[in-house]
Amino acid sequence: MKHKVLGVVNLIHETDELERLTQSRCLATVPFGARYRLIDFVLSSMVNSGISQVAVFAHTKFRSLMDHLGSGKHWDLQHRQSGLFILPPATDDIQEISRGDLYHFYQHRDYFERSTWEYVVITRSHMVCNVDFEAVINHHLEQEADITVVCKRETQPSPGKARKVKMEDDGRITSIQDHYGRMLSDIVSMEMYVMRKELLMELVETSLAQGQDHLVRHAIFSRLGQLKVHGYMYEGYLGVVNTLTSYYDHSMSLLQPEVWKELFYQPGPIYTKVKDEPPARYTSGSHVSNSLIANGCRIEGTVLNSILFRGVHVEKGALIKDSIIMQNGKVGENSFVSNCILDKDVQVEGNRDLRGTEGTPFLAGKKRVI
Amino acid sequence: MGRKEMIAMLLAGGEGKRLGVLTKDLAKPAVYFGGKYRIIDFTLSNCAHSGIDTVGVLTQYQPLELNRYLGIGSPWGLDRRDGGMTILPPYMKQKGGVWYKGTANAIYQNMAFIERYNPEYVLVISGDHIYKMDYELMLQHHKRCEADVTIAGIAVDWKEASRFGVMHVDDEDRITAFEEKPKNPTSNIASMGVYIFSWKALQKYLIYDEASRGSSHDFGKDVIPAMMRDGLRLHCYSYKGYWKDVGTIESLWEANMDLIADEPELSLYDPKWRIYSVNPNMPAQLTTETAQVTSSFVTEGCILEGTVDRSVLFFGVNAEKGSYISESVIMPNVRIGEGARIHRAIIGEGAVIQAGVIIGDPLDDAITVVAVDQYVAVDHELLEVEPS
Repeated sequence: MKHKVLGVVNLIHETDELERLTQSRCLATVPFGARYRLIDFVLSSMVNSGISQVAVFAHTKFRSLMDHLGSGKHWDLQHRQSGLFILPPATDDIQEISRGDLYHFYQHRDYFERSTWEYVVITRSHMVCNVDFEAVINHHLEQEADITVVCKRETQPSPGKARKVKMEDDGRITSIQDHYGRMLSDIVSMEMYVMRKELLMELVETSLAQGQDHLVRHAIFSRLGQLKVHGYMYEGYLGVVNTLTSYYDHSMSLLQPEVWKELFYQPGPIYTKVKDEPPARYTSGSHVSNSLIANGCRIEGTVLNSILFRGVHVEKGALIKDSIIMQNGKVGENSFVSNCILDKDVQVEGNRDLRGTEGTPFLAGKKRVI
Repeated sequence: MGRKEMIAMLLAGGEGKRLGVLTKDLAKPAVYFGGKYRIIDFTLSNCAHSGIDTVGVLTQYQPLELNRYLGIGSPWGLDRRDGGMTILPPYMKQKGGVWYKGTANAIYQNMAFIERYNPEYVLVISGDHIYKMDYELMLQHHKRCEADVTIAGIAVDWKEASRFGVMHVDDEDRITAFEEKPKNPTSNIASMGVYIFSWKALQKYLIYDEASRGSSHDFGKDVIPAMMRDGLRLHCYSYKGYWKDVGTIESLWEANMDLIADEPELSLYDPKWRIYSVNPNMPAQLTTETAQVTSSFVTEGCILEGTVDRSVLFFGVNAEKGSYISESVIMPNVRIGEGARIHRAIIGEGAVIQAGVIIGDPLDDAITVVAVDQYVAVDHELLEVEPS
């Protein structure tokens, strides 16, 4: 990228209604799409756009995040001069942890000040998309905007929770509403903000001085009149994944070949932490239709309209339907699983019958034996 | 630099002539195998699991893609501060340079590399075979026998014995006779091309072999027979398990087919003995409503809309609607058009099979090979390999 841009993935107070799936992990590392974690999508978008330094503001339950990101090398973020920085809350008082993102940015202000990057792209981790940030930056410069917000026009209301945005014909944003508002608009914010680093630091300092500590709700909302806040319309696939329904629905939409080809490849590939799993093995009695299968799976039974993560074992006579089975899950002989989400390492023994209903999938927590 | 007990020298310069178009621009160890691997992954993973952290990889023929693949050895845990992976091509010396004239000469030319680590033992292996072996156990055997050389041996079919170096072994595993590719073999214990040498003995014989006129500078043909003649202690480490030389189109095809049995002899699923490789990082495979997949090995990045039976599919393969693939090996990023039928074939990386093309005849045993990046139109003539 021509311009020096710092990527910031902000995990502080992400809206999270994923129930058990986020019991022991943060939203950013919820497994998604047979082999990814949610954060992979923004991280890969940044890297593919030429951003070579990314700071991840971790907040809570970040063990799985540290494990997943490691040194950043799987996203090509392990370089001599830049790369990946994980910044967990830096505070003496445990109560301060619950304060807003601006407070945490302030605590790490040295990090921003030390870097020589001119612009920042601040994102969340739960937007499943494939964005070209270089185009966003160019748009930002052409419009001479103070802040550019990446937005998406929804053709149908998303089951996820997103902020609605009102935009003028010239692209200027006149109002943004919180997740629970009832404003009528088909444009949602993808919670991606581009601005000069200096402006961000200014917003941090002035807001905190006024006792406000939320970037969007305080710093941006209240300045829509003074600052030139513009929208950039993203045209690609978007999944706002922060509720269980949206998790299930967007997972299932990956089974459409057009979505698969676009989301995982256009404009750039989505990277994740690789594992040395062997290819998936289909045995003589296997039957698989309309499903997403990761490496390392062994399929001896039937899999319909489902997603199998790496290393899932489907034994003989088992039938999996409309379900999501995460890493190293096992479905025993002659068991029936439909409309279920089974977290990592769930073992379904033989002859079990597990059913959720359409719209309310049955969710089994990590390592459960059923 | 600290002393290493044992380092490995991996011979990876083979041309693989008998693999024809598959090795036209590629060294044999870099040939794809088993849905996501390259042949050399097996020996490198063996090193990783046997605790060997210093590996010299000797390259010569078409090294470009192999070098790029190996990188600094990170996928096999060989990016190390002391040791790690070093690629050793032939090089110019003050008095001029020469190509590697044979397996022994390749090691001879790199004696300086070995000396840097001053090892007690040197493991010599080749990047041409598919097997899982713990070299540490073999080293223990070598020490127990107080051997100068230990050669890994495996019982092969009598019919095939003449393709290998064969050994006669006594009750204490000592090798009493060694014949390289005999016309009429009198033993069926074949050398697997896996040697552990006590370095001092090897060093002496490499220098001796280099000076011998008429030597072809080959371990099997020259160095081992010379050691036998001089009465050194040569022992056999008998290996039981899956081992396959994938030097021909037919054996490469067979070894791939071995993987798709419901209970394959070579398991790639052992969590303690993962085969490491460079992972392509592609999305999970999508098996659509029109797809039917049985008895197959399929890798990430594939979109399957047709029928796949008893086949091995590498990453990024697109099998369109109505296509029918059976008993075939489809290498990465191949596109198979609508209604194409492929039987008993090896399709090279990046090839495009046009809609409606028919490759192979279900009534015939011949294996058809499609070259890398080849575009196959409906009336195209293809190379067929008759089974021997």
